[in-house]
Amino acid sequence: MSLKVDISFKLNGVARSATVPVETSALEMLRDALGFTGTKYGCGEGECGACTILVDGASLNSCLLFAVDCNGRDVVTIEGLDAEPKAEAVKKGFVDKWAVQCGFCTPGMVVQATHLLNQNPNATDAQIRRGIEGNLCRCTGYVKIVEAIAAARDAAPREA
Amino acid sequence: MTIERYVAPETLEEAAAILSQGGATILAGGTDLMPQVHSGKLKFKSVLMNIRRVGELQGISMQGGMIRIGALATVTDLLTSNVVREKLPALTEAADQFASDQIRNAATVGGSLCNASPAGDVAPPLLVYNAEVELVCKPDSGMKVRTLPLAEFFTGPGRTRMEPNELLAAVRVPVPKAGYVARFVKFGTRPALDIATISIAIGGVKKGRALHEVRVALGAVAPVPLRAALTEAVLEGKALDAGLIDQVAAAARDEIKPISDVRASAWYRQELVHNIVKRMLTDVAQG
Repeated sequence: MSLKVDISFKLNGVARSATVPVETSALEMLRDALGFTGTKYGCGEGECGACTILVDGASLNSCLLFAVDCNGRDVVTIEGLDAEPKAEAVKKGFVDKWAVQCGFCTPGMVVQATHLLNQNPNATDAQIRRGIEGNLCRCTGYVKIVEAIAAARDAAPREA
Repeated sequence: MTIERYVAPETLEEAAAILSQGGATILAGGTDLMPQVHSGKLKFKSVLMNIRRVGELQGISMQGGMIRIGALATVTDLLTSNVVREKLPALTEAADQFASDQIRNAATVGGSLCNASPAGDVAPPLLVYNAEVELVCKPDSGMKVRTLPLAEFFTGPGRTRMEPNELLAAVRVPVPKAGYVARFVKFGTRPALDIATISIAIGGVKKGRALHEVRVALGAVAPVPLRAALTEAVLEGKALDAGLIDQVAAAARDEIKPISDVRASAWYRQELVHNIVKRMLTDVAQG
């Protein structure tokens, strides 16, 4: 029986409490305990980016994050990006540019692309490619995904 | 062993006191710990200590003639630090080539060094910049700090001279002298998320056409990130012409005894070191 720890944190803007086994990843907690299944389990070792979430505004692989380490932090998953204009633009870009095939990488891609454009609203196409280097897609060949993120960038008024 | 206690101290003294009781697994960014536990390479001790909330371990700052990089500084912190970019550009370069954005946002400098991978990306530039590590412990009522040159820190893959009751608190790097130039090159099959096939850092004070106080550090060619003393001796203080560059490149190739593994054969690693040292020094000579 593994040790369980009580934590409280903000999930998609709402205060949450959870009791988590100490060795559990944030990904397991989100998907299995809290039912937020938009975040995907891909490789489990930080190579594929399907599990990307935002914690205190930075994108992280939730499979490498200990759930206990969410205590006191601000966690945002794909489900929490609804109200965010940048994320809306990214999602529209993915639809308009047909950047979704099987869709498994898409939540992680959208979270990472949103983070990228929040950090660098005028990211060049080369910077977009670098920005998603931690996200694997086995369908699209990335061309449509880069176009989708570039469309989201171009949809916003240019920032100085 | 299963974890019996989880602690998240907020001060260095608390963290050191917990370590002095023995048997704690240290959690910082988690990017190495989680896969190591899952693969069975590492077993949890009875206490899991999350040090991420310890204030004294955060941040990058100038203190006198030293740049202090807190153990919890992330690779993204390195990449975006103006002090690092201005004074230690080869370290910025290594941070830029480190894994992916998601991992850079979590992985810490202290964790990277304590995991002591022979292919760790931040070790070669830190060796070239003559970094030292600050190790703290609390054997009795008082805190003890010792510093160790990074060149003496690594003892083998995953092994260091850090005692079980010690915590790596910071890396301290002397501010390089005026005229100091340094380069870092990592070679892998793709830039992102690849473990280095080999990596090379070279630094020295450039006077006229020569490099002085030269340091050369190599990653992924030995059980530890390595200072290449014989190569340094060939390079030291001599005019960087084509003949010398050839001699240095040959010395570097002959100095290392790499292994063959999934990433490359020993022969290929030696050729890479030869060719990339040559390219780097040609760049330094022209710069």
